[in-house]
Amino acid sequence: MTLKPSDEKQLSEAIAAAKGPLRIVGNGTRDVLCDGDMLSTAAMSGISLYDPGALTIVAAAGTPLAEIEAALKAQGQRLPFEPMDHRGLLGTTGAPTIGGVVAANISGPRRVQAGACRDSLIGVRFVDGRGEVLKNGGRVMKNVTGYDLVKLMAGAHGTLGVISEVAFKVLPDVETSACVVLHGLSDGGAVAAMAAALGSSFEVSGAAHDRTRTMLRIEGFSASVAYRAERLQGLLAEFGEAEILQDSVKIWREVRDVAPFHEAVGDVWRISVKPSDAPQLVAGLGANAVLFDWGGGLIWALMPLGADVRAKMGTVCGHATLVRGTGFARFQPESEPLATISAGLRAQFDPRYILNTGLMG
Amino acid sequence: MEMPIPDAEILAKKAQIVVRLQSVLPKGAVISDEAETKAYECDALSAYRCPPLCAVLPSNTEEVSAVLKICHEMGVPVVPRGSGTSLAGGALPTADSVILGVSKMSDVLETDYNNRFIRVQSGRTNLSVTGAVEEEGFFYAPDPSSQLACAIAGNIAMNSGGAHCLKYGVTTNNLLGVVMVLMDGTVIEVGGAHLDAGGLDLLGLICGSEGQLGVVTEATLKILPKPEGARPVLIGFDSNEVAGECVSDIIKAGVLPVAIEFMDRPCIEATEAFAHPGYPDCEALLIVEVEGSDAEIDAQLKVIMGIAARHNPVELRESKSEEESAKIWLGRKSAFGAMGQINDYMCLDGTIPVSELPYVLKRIGEMSKEYGLGVGNVFHAGDGNMHPLILYDANKLGDLEKCEAFGADVLRLCVEVGGCLTGEHGVGIEKRDLMYDQFTAADLEAQLRVKDVFDPKWLLNPAKVFPLDATAERRASQ
Repeated sequence: MTLKPSDEKQLSEAIAAAKGPLRIVGNGTRDVLCDGDMLSTAAMSGISLYDPGALTIVAAAGTPLAEIEAALKAQGQRLPFEPMDHRGLLGTTGAPTIGGVVAANISGPRRVQAGACRDSLIGVRFVDGRGEVLKNGGRVMKNVTGYDLVKLMAGAHGTLGVISEVAFKVLPDVETSACVVLHGLSDGGAVAAMAAALGSSFEVSGAAHDRTRTMLRIEGFSASVAYRAERLQGLLAEFGEAEILQDSVKIWREVRDVAPFHEAVGDVWRISVKPSDAPQLVAGLGANAVLFDWGGGLIWALMPLGADVRAKMGTVCGHATLVRGTGFARFQPESEPLATISAGLRAQFDPRYILNTGLMG
Repeated sequence: MEMPIPDAEILAKKAQIVVRLQSVLPKGAVISDEAETKAYECDALSAYRCPPLCAVLPSNTEEVSAVLKICHEMGVPVVPRGSGTSLAGGALPTADSVILGVSKMSDVLETDYNNRFIRVQSGRTNLSVTGAVEEEGFFYAPDPSSQLACAIAGNIAMNSGGAHCLKYGVTTNNLLGVVMVLMDGTVIEVGGAHLDAGGLDLLGLICGSEGQLGVVTEATLKILPKPEGARPVLIGFDSNEVAGECVSDIIKAGVLPVAIEFMDRPCIEATEAFAHPGYPDCEALLIVEVEGSDAEIDAQLKVIMGIAARHNPVELRESKSEEESAKIWLGRKSAFGAMGQINDYMCLDGTIPVSELPYVLKRIGEMSKEYGLGVGNVFHAGDGNMHPLILYDANKLGDLEKCEAFGADVLRLCVEVGGCLTGEHGVGIEKRDLMYDQFTAADLEAQLRVKDVFDPKWLLNPAKVFPLDATAERRASQ
């Protein structure tokens, strides 16, 4: 059975009336593997407020991401965190929704400069596991009134409540961008070069390494971008001769969506670590392919089917998520006492344990 | 401001409590003498005072854990305290509470420029975090006005902002990890040098929880490379409305200044008399600052000044030197002090949608007349975070109450136009009883349930943030 409420009231009624587990999705492009009746937010759609002068937008959870991005683009603005599109990697279809982006706290290459989805999220409305309609945050970008449940809902993957509405702080779009590219660096050299770039004052908004090219993105007004790209090229001279690409939109879309892994066979893992830990971790991983983003802080690893990445992390701090594949928990199990706290929060928000049961623990 | 009646049983046990605390802390780290506990009777919201049962000043996470374990066992409420600069009464004690001050814990534990973070003990002051990394060309972005004195612990508790958060965000956007001690003494580590939690975003929940979920003892903070340069422009207008429109137009134009600060006539006059920054004689004034190389700054200021010129400014002053920049900022930074010279004041902190600025300023002006109390406005206009300063006379009977009522009306107005009660100072005791104006009972209950998970006995900073009647049952069950 599929439930498709068209407003918050229906959503609340559907959850209150549920007799068993619910599998919460937007349009299902990000593969929520849980048992239970499907509950989709896709019919709750539309931008309810967009105030370009205040850099804020509010929309129902089922609003297609593309609709939001188009509305922002028309006013010369954008979502800062560059959300990834999972369809190519997971072989899914349909229109990704803004609610799904928030529920999974989806961020792309610009996360390293502009923060994650949760950093731009300023308000949520949601329905908890009791069917109670709740709100937190609002439509203003500075708000410390009460506990920040906005952050908690971002990345909770629907396990604490089903998001019905989201509000974002947005940013001006940029006039142009450039990409400074180094060739043939080792993983260690690439992470060092990216650290030098990210530690400079040139406001690097993307730092990725695909083991052939090391790519650094600069964005802004055209005169400024030209100046920064050239200065960055000079700064990185010790790592080799860098070329400057004027058009790199496609390159960054491919990094964002992990395009090199789309057609490849194997499990796909997403590993978050301290950037300087990345080269050594990758050396012992036995991956078929890797892509470094966030200056090395995010490792995309294409692994042989069934390989256990978590077992290879050893003492390295961070976490590994199984994005494509089976045989392991999707999310890194939390250690005590955090697991107890998380379970306690789940019991408070979803006492019947019906929302995406078992997805996060 | 109503506070819970102190628990007579706890007051009677003071000697036992002090002895037990002394047994786990170094000599001198427990302050129980009545003459000395007075030093902890209030924070920067000094209209409300109450000395605590005693104060403890632990030096590390283990000592904090030992203290909390004892208080948990004996059922004694604990009020965590950073540097005591809260403007919301976040560190106000009750007579039956132990103040847990983190001021002795101020060490830098690790700096890592390659991975761009610093790990510090939470009692370290905000400005000295930047102080520890600026020689290498880095800084810590959140810059509350009290940054010389305020502690990172308090910044995390209140999710503090500052003048530059339009570009850099607030504390929660710059916090990577914490070590925190729960009320029962359990030490937890959340986040770290890597980005984004694997599980639920507990870090995001902890930041801004006003010391009610645990005591943060260590923090991993993001550090950023310093921009090549920064320069402000000062723009004077003959009405608040026009200044408000100009803010909106600057934002819409696609430039992202690091700061857009707003002052109205009462504040301009007070700061001019106090600090002589050479401000123009006008109704409203904006300070807009941009960053980058010299050429980049020139280009951005050209756009901003073009927009300003369309709004018929009475003054348009671009800084030409470091000295001129400092002078432009001098007035803004001394605004609170200047208002304090005129009278006692209460500083509000509501946020509104930027587009509502002109209307809200007009309404505040009208209310000022109705209440017969003066008000000055100085605030972060780019993000709509207002700071009306209501002037009153603490020695005049009934003036404080009148001021509180005026303040409450202003905050309700902020909520009414789509904003919130507090943008960066926190709820504390000050806005506690207004929470029903922003939230439904169910919204608040959801937040109380979060505290139930972290602090089931409701001993940590229990009389803050939520209306007392909403928490009465939980506090009584301790």
